[in-house]
Amino acid sequence: MSEATSTGYPEENYLTQGSTLKSWLLTTDHKRIGVLYLLTISVFFLLGGLFAAGIRLELATPQGDLVQPETYNRMFTMHGILMIFFFLIPSIPATLGNFLIPLQIGAKDVAFPRLNLASWYIFVIGGCFTLWALVSGGVDTGWTFYTPFSTLFSNSHVLPAALGVFITGFSSILTGLNFIVTIHRMRAPGLTWFKLPLFIWSHYATSLIQVLGTPVVAITIVLVAFERVFHLGIFDPSVGGDPVLFQHLFWFYSHPAVYIMILPGMGVISEVVATFSRKRIFGYKFMAFAVLAIAVLGFFVWGHHMFVSTQSVYAGTVFSVLTMLVAIPSAVKVFNWTATMYNGAVSWDTPMLYAIGFIGLFTIGGLTGVMLGTMGIDIHVHDTYFVVAHFHYVMVGGAIMAFLAGIHYWWPKIAGKTYPVFWSKLAALIVFIGFNLTFFPQFLLGYMGMPRRYHAYPEEFQVLNVLSSAGATVLGVGYLLPVIYLTYSFFFGARCAQNPWGAVGLEWETTSPPPTLNFDEIPTVTGEVYDYSPKKEAQVV
Amino acid sequence: MSVHVSPTSTYVKVFLTLILLTATTVWVAFYDFGILNNVIALGIAFAKATVVVLFFMHVKWSSPLIKLIAGAGVVWLVILILFTLGDYLTRTIHYTAPPI
Amino acid sequence: MSSSHAHAPGLAHHFDSYEQQRQSASLGMWLFVAQEIMFFGGLFTAYLIYRLMNPVVFAVASSELEIKWGALNTGVLILSSLTMALAVRMAQLGKRKAIVGFLCLTLLLGLTFVGVKAIEYTNKWHHHLVPGEHFSFHLSPTEIGALQSHGIDVSDPAQAYYVQSRAEMFFSLYFAMTGLHALHMLIGIGLILYILRPAWKGRFNLDNHNFVEGFGLYWHFVDIVWIFLFPLLYLLGRHLPHA
Repeated sequence: MSEATSTGYPEENYLTQGSTLKSWLLTTDHKRIGVLYLLTISVFFLLGGLFAAGIRLELATPQGDLVQPETYNRMFTMHGILMIFFFLIPSIPATLGNFLIPLQIGAKDVAFPRLNLASWYIFVIGGCFTLWALVSGGVDTGWTFYTPFSTLFSNSHVLPAALGVFITGFSSILTGLNFIVTIHRMRAPGLTWFKLPLFIWSHYATSLIQVLGTPVVAITIVLVAFERVFHLGIFDPSVGGDPVLFQHLFWFYSHPAVYIMILPGMGVISEVVATFSRKRIFGYKFMAFAVLAIAVLGFFVWGHHMFVSTQSVYAGTVFSVLTMLVAIPSAVKVFNWTATMYNGAVSWDTPMLYAIGFIGLFTIGGLTGVMLGTMGIDIHVHDTYFVVAHFHYVMVGGAIMAFLAGIHYWWPKIAGKTYPVFWSKLAALIVFIGFNLTFFPQFLLGYMGMPRRYHAYPEEFQVLNVLSSAGATVLGVGYLLPVIYLTYSFFFGARCAQNPWGAVGLEWETTSPPPTLNFDEIPTVTGEVYDYSPKKEAQVV
Repeated sequence: MSVHVSPTSTYVKVFLTLILLTATTVWVAFYDFGILNNVIALGIAFAKATVVVLFFMHVKWSSPLIKLIAGAGVVWLVILILFTLGDYLTRTIHYTAPPI
Repeated sequence: MSSSHAHAPGLAHHFDSYEQQRQSASLGMWLFVAQEIMFFGGLFTAYLIYRLMNPVVFAVASSELEIKWGALNTGVLILSSLTMALAVRMAQLGKRKAIVGFLCLTLLLGLTFVGVKAIEYTNKWHHHLVPGEHFSFHLSPTEIGALQSHGIDVSDPAQAYYVQSRAEMFFSLYFAMTGLHALHMLIGIGLILYILRPAWKGRFNLDNHNFVEGFGLYWHFVDIVWIFLFPLLYLLGRHLPHA
């Protein structure tokens, strides 16, 4: 990362427009709202991480000697709820997406700036309800709120937690709505659809899922709440209700929700790989259509969560086949990132390290997903640590690696500051090692038959569990490092150049950090996207 | 693109159509046509909804994008209903069947 | 660029033209309608599945609903959609007083709908048809006959429980669906009250009446939900106990 020459740094930028708390809490600037989200989700990530630490600590020994079984149930439930609804789903879209979408399309703001701020407040209110559930004793249903346990039997604080998830869902819907309108209506002159960066394409696909999927889980949670409070009995088998109907409605959203978490990550990786390979992304149009294909296909596969239920075996077969189809566009992404790097001028800056880590880990996560989509294997490893390892490879190895890649890539844009090269590369390495040490043993444990969500286990599983717990410690250090050096960088770091990576894209054509209205003059786009032609290269160097 | 302003007479005609369809659907409901009762009731409901969407909500004069979004909402609901029904209609064991 | 229309009334700073602002508002509102379809869609799916599982009991239970109130409310709501459409038309033409007039009519019709709904809910309460402790589904001889003709014998306790529990489920879904719909009506009524003042002050003109247009879409959508609720809840199987 090159440091600023005295001319590059803007004395007037979005960060200098008021430093009072009020100027932040009442802002409608998409960049400031992005920063607000970044701070909020970091808090939720820390909380969710503490519960993960508790889980791994308990599982270091086979006996349930640290906490009561009930407490353990509440720990993994709160870990799931916090990480999924309050960290992963908003992670990239609400922070980086908010910050970068208007910049990348040459707009002054998102289409509905006040709605954007309202979304953040809705998110915070939803978070408060979840925290209320947390401090009053937690929830023990698992993040999936399966009925009839959640409606008839659980003595934990299901209502505030469900309300929190319900409310935060609307934050997600409104953010998606805002992005779709922004991408349709706010593009700079000349910026046609096939000149859009893949980051924009992936957010467009994500937003579609948010708008069309989230309302279904919202109404389902309302029904759960009604059943718990008024005993309506809609999912209660003793009065003719079907708990599996709950699972249908729940997974109709919650499977596509997985793509809400991973698609924006794919967008980040596309930007990073192109920039640090100094090449136009290989198969650009395929990449654009692949994210749309994943978003749409994702709505046809939810039944693969229900192979071990009363779901009809015929429906299961159809869901199984459709699940495998998702592997096709996903493989297109992986092949094309690899092909972009091939013969490129690859440089090993921090964001690129995370991106390469992402590609490998996502491939493992994705391929084990195909295994689990196969009914026979799924029935064998259903509800074991194999499933846990699989989705952590996608969610943590995929989504969080991409989030960190994006934060490191656009940090100069967000903060206008440099961060230490050595420490950031070290952190990337630690995260990669820690992650694999934590979750690879879980594949083996699951395949050997260790079930998930238990606080104790037979002694022969201890070695792998200790490895996993040790890995979690390493991973924790890996996550803590960026928090420290990025916070330091924000306040005390050296100012950086406007475009430290020599990247192309509209977001790099304005100052770093950008002014409140993003551009002094709205640019007119004439060139191609990812235009890393040799001529351009010469200009950058 | 300028805004299309429909004449009042169009809206009144739409209103009369809707009232007429409502009367028909109520009238039909009291006669036994077997499975056709359901088909007619839902068919008329879809017809009424289509008229509202096209004229009251101006989709007839809207851009293709708006038509696409309106259509997407319906198609996604159809996905939810069809695939869920697909499970229930092909089940071999019914746990909530009447005790007969 | 931005300074040239910085003082254009009703044009937000980040839009270049009224046209861009209008198209953004319209697209945004349609996306909101799409998410509303899915929001109600979850409930409709549950209703369809349970109706499919228990067709006879649902038919008998649905004939307890009073068709006159349902039909009246359908008419009221369709009429309110007409007045709402005319309010939007007046906004498109920039006629200030006519906008307010039609909005008031829409408001009145909306209140009528909610009033009728309240009467229906009260009747259900008196007939012990509200799910919960006091629920008791009283069967008339014709209804017992209708059940019998479909092989359900209510003199058998197990089958009597089956009828009671499934009828209760029908009313659970009835209250959930019409309740959620009525909530949307109340929100709509609140929004009309909210925009009457700016409408009277002439805030909605030829350049900018996006709020009225967007609200119109919402109101028509709520109408459409009722267009489906009415046959699904009140009409299907109406013939059955009388056959």
